[in-house]
Amino acid sequence: MTDDTSRDVAPGTTRMQRLSTLRPRLLSFARMHLRDNAMAEDAVQEALMAAIEKDATFAGRSGYETWVFGILKYKILDIMRHQKRQGRLQPLEDESDDDAVDRQFQLNGRWNDASRPDRWGNPDTLLDNQHFWKVFDACMVALPDKIARVFSMRELMDLSTDEICEILEIKENNCWVILHRARLRLRQCIEEGWLKGDSR
Amino acid sequence: MMMCKEATRLMSLRLEQPLTPREKLSLRFHLAMCGACRECDKQFTLLHRAGEKVRSDMEKSDQ
Ligand SMILES: [Zn+2]
Repeated sequence: MTDDTSRDVAPGTTRMQRLSTLRPRLLSFARMHLRDNAMAEDAVQEALMAAIEKDATFAGRSGYETWVFGILKYKILDIMRHQKRQGRLQPLEDESDDDAVDRQFQLNGRWNDASRPDRWGNPDTLLDNQHFWKVFDACMVALPDKIARVFSMRELMDLSTDEICEILEIKENNCWVILHRARLRLRQCIEEGWLKGDSR
Repeated sequence: MMMCKEATRLMSLRLEQPLTPREKLSLRFHLAMCGACRECDKQFTLLHRAGEKVRSDMEKSDQ
């Protein structure tokens, strides 16, 4: 930590600059979870204000960005709990079939020719590729809400299925079913956008 | 004999909790014989790594 403003009540200009640099990243993260621009803006705004107010409590144990990111995650989960209490999330039922998933397979459980997984190439190269991330984002948006929520809590926030079940009040088995669907839908969507897309 | 759809269920479950020895064995057996499922398994792993990258990019300092 090179900045020397940690004792001030209000953050110094360095920290303010870091917050404004961080803001777009926070926003895109919040959007992936909340799937609503206005709500994501609010969550980020609240997180930034909390970071400014609590600046003196940042002890430098972790990086500053990590600390702010932690505040945002907390805000997002708070909003999710609130939405759950208000019944604003559709119930997460797992009994119904998922056609988008079923279409990838034949009745006997083998892959359909059209959706048989292809080689994606070197994972490290892929994860550094801008176009891959564009496709990834578009495919996240294309997921149905409830599937996206469980997937983003699990894979983007790194919550355990236990924690997800507690927040969304679903059974663990339900969680696994939804994650399986999310992964199959995403892999197919990414494969179509990535390998068969026009630009690379 | 386990089919691809069930194999993908186990690949996904494996990212959440350890499989039973029986599940492990039948998944390994299927993957040994099925190239498409081997690719799918790599893709699930990549999605998992993508999540890790999203988090680490969030926490990276521009300083
Ligand atoms: Zn297979």
